[in-house]
Amino acid sequence: MKKILFTKTHEWVQFLDETTVRVGLTDYAQGELGDLVFINLPEAGDEVSVSESFADVESVKAVSNVYSPVTGTISEINEELLDHPELVNENPYEAWFAEIENVSEQEELLSEEEYEQLIHEEE
Amino acid sequence: MKLIFEKSKAGRGCDILPSCDVPIVELDDNMKRQKELHLPEISETDISRHYTELMKRTFGVNDGFYPLGSCTMKYNPKINDEMAKLPGFSNIHPLQPASTAQGCLEVMKTTEKYLCEITGMDAISFQPAAGAHGEFTGLLLIRAYHEARKDEKRNKIIVPDSAHGTNPASAAMAGFTVINITSTKDGYVDLEELKKVVGDDTAGFMLTNPNTVGLFDKNILEITEIIHKAGGLNYYDGANLNAIMGIARPGDMGFDVVHLNLHKTFSTPHGGGGPGCGPVGCKESLIKFLPLPRVEEENGVYKLILEREESIGRVKGFYGNFLVVVRALTYILTLGGNGLKYASENAVLNANYMMHKLKDIYKMPFSEPCMHEFVMTVEDLKKEKGVSALDIAKALLDYGIHPPTMYFPLIVHEALMLEPTETESKETLDYVIEILREVYEEAMTNPESLHQCPKKTPIGRPDEVTAARNPVLRYHF
Repeated sequence: MKKILFTKTHEWVQFLDETTVRVGLTDYAQGELGDLVFINLPEAGDEVSVSESFADVESVKAVSNVYSPVTGTISEINEELLDHPELVNENPYEAWFAEIENVSEQEELLSEEEYEQLIHEEE
Repeated sequence: MKLIFEKSKAGRGCDILPSCDVPIVELDDNMKRQKELHLPEISETDISRHYTELMKRTFGVNDGFYPLGSCTMKYNPKINDEMAKLPGFSNIHPLQPASTAQGCLEVMKTTEKYLCEITGMDAISFQPAAGAHGEFTGLLLIRAYHEARKDEKRNKIIVPDSAHGTNPASAAMAGFTVINITSTKDGYVDLEELKKVVGDDTAGFMLTNPNTVGLFDKNILEITEIIHKAGGLNYYDGANLNAIMGIARPGDMGFDVVHLNLHKTFSTPHGGGGPGCGPVGCKESLIKFLPLPRVEEENGVYKLILEREESIGRVKGFYGNFLVVVRALTYILTLGGNGLKYASENAVLNANYMMHKLKDIYKMPFSEPCMHEFVMTVEDLKKEKGVSALDIAKALLDYGIHPPTMYFPLIVHEALMLEPTETESKETLDYVIEILREVYEEAMTNPESLHQCPKKTPIGRPDEVTAARNPVLRYHF
């Protein structure tokens, strides 16, 4: 499996090639949110920008935004999540939200160690 | 408990309608319903018992303490309902001529005058049906204001991250782009952040003050000035007005538009108890955009203004939820100016009393004295004992206490937000403080037992996740 990087807002990013990424929510994020009951995804073809909300997730506690770590175009969404939001709780690193292509810009991404450090500080 | 449809027996019923004493007119076949209506057939005795049983399963302010933060669940004096029941107010039709409903129009005009005095606004419309509808209407006023000045690039509404979720939602519905700004660690608007995002595309700024962590923003004059200098308007979310009646006025703080929740601050029935009313007030420069109809008075005669070119139009049928206005006026007249101020002072005192009596065991993320509500966090309890804000809230149910607001505001983890209101006695507050301390003690010594709560309610702990994922929204025949 290709290396996974992280954002400060608790998304994970996996580069499939140099200009294409998969994005999902981290294990820590799903744990904090609790059981997800609804996921709102963008549509293929939508343009997204760095740090802009491109999806939202709803748990019994609250609705939260999911932010795009890159600027690019949505090439595919994981439609399975629409009917099965629990997949994000069960296996967060398999349950990708969207694939984004033509990535032209990315935010400063964290390595696994750096992300764990961040979580540690938040706690 | 069975649904009323499950209690239905074919052919059973009750004669609640008198026999028809006018000629029966048959509809044309093409206008007639093809299938029988699915109505439960049930005797009057069983109907009465069914709803009594349902009633026993509900919880309202009449049942016990109801500290739902930011909702102002205050006691609703019975005299309000007595006044709303008066035939002159209840046996009227919205389309009858204004000349035959002068008393009702006078109630609306008088209430408008009082609420303008309380908020520092120049005019008020009672059309919006509740708070979020008021926000939406207020934002349409802001939009109309900029459009009338041909300043159409102003499409951004700035909202702090502590705001009620309805603020960004209303702004989006009104066609604006929402800009979120983070709060300072103390829970206030971050002035530097605000200065960074304002510009010639700023349409307006939405703020609840006191804010959603129960703090009055001391920089409010500077905040509203930053927005005004940038050419935007300031919107006041009146959800927390109960803290400042007779003490401070949004109009004096630099706000141009406000909405109030009569069903919170002015003690009319709330939630399932009755319709809401979210009047919108504004400054002089925005009056011409207010929704119609508007009530106007000339030489003691009240009339309805039904047309005005610049108006944003109607946002609801007729004149809004009128009987809520009658209740609010009753409340205002019963308390008087000094009484309203006294109510706010006691709302703030009660919240501070509770916070003070709890802060040695419950962690308060904001240490300053609060306004009418305060936020506690049980983040440590969650980490150390696995007991969440939800568990604490559920445990309170067993003591006849309604849970506080949970998991809000979002900037505080494992948040519990309590708003006791002024209508609770010291004895009630002391009882609740004692129970909250007991529940905390239980969480420390026997955390497992809290996961089972509530144990004494008609329904234990529903599976909220399954209910949200697979909702059953209607009975299938």
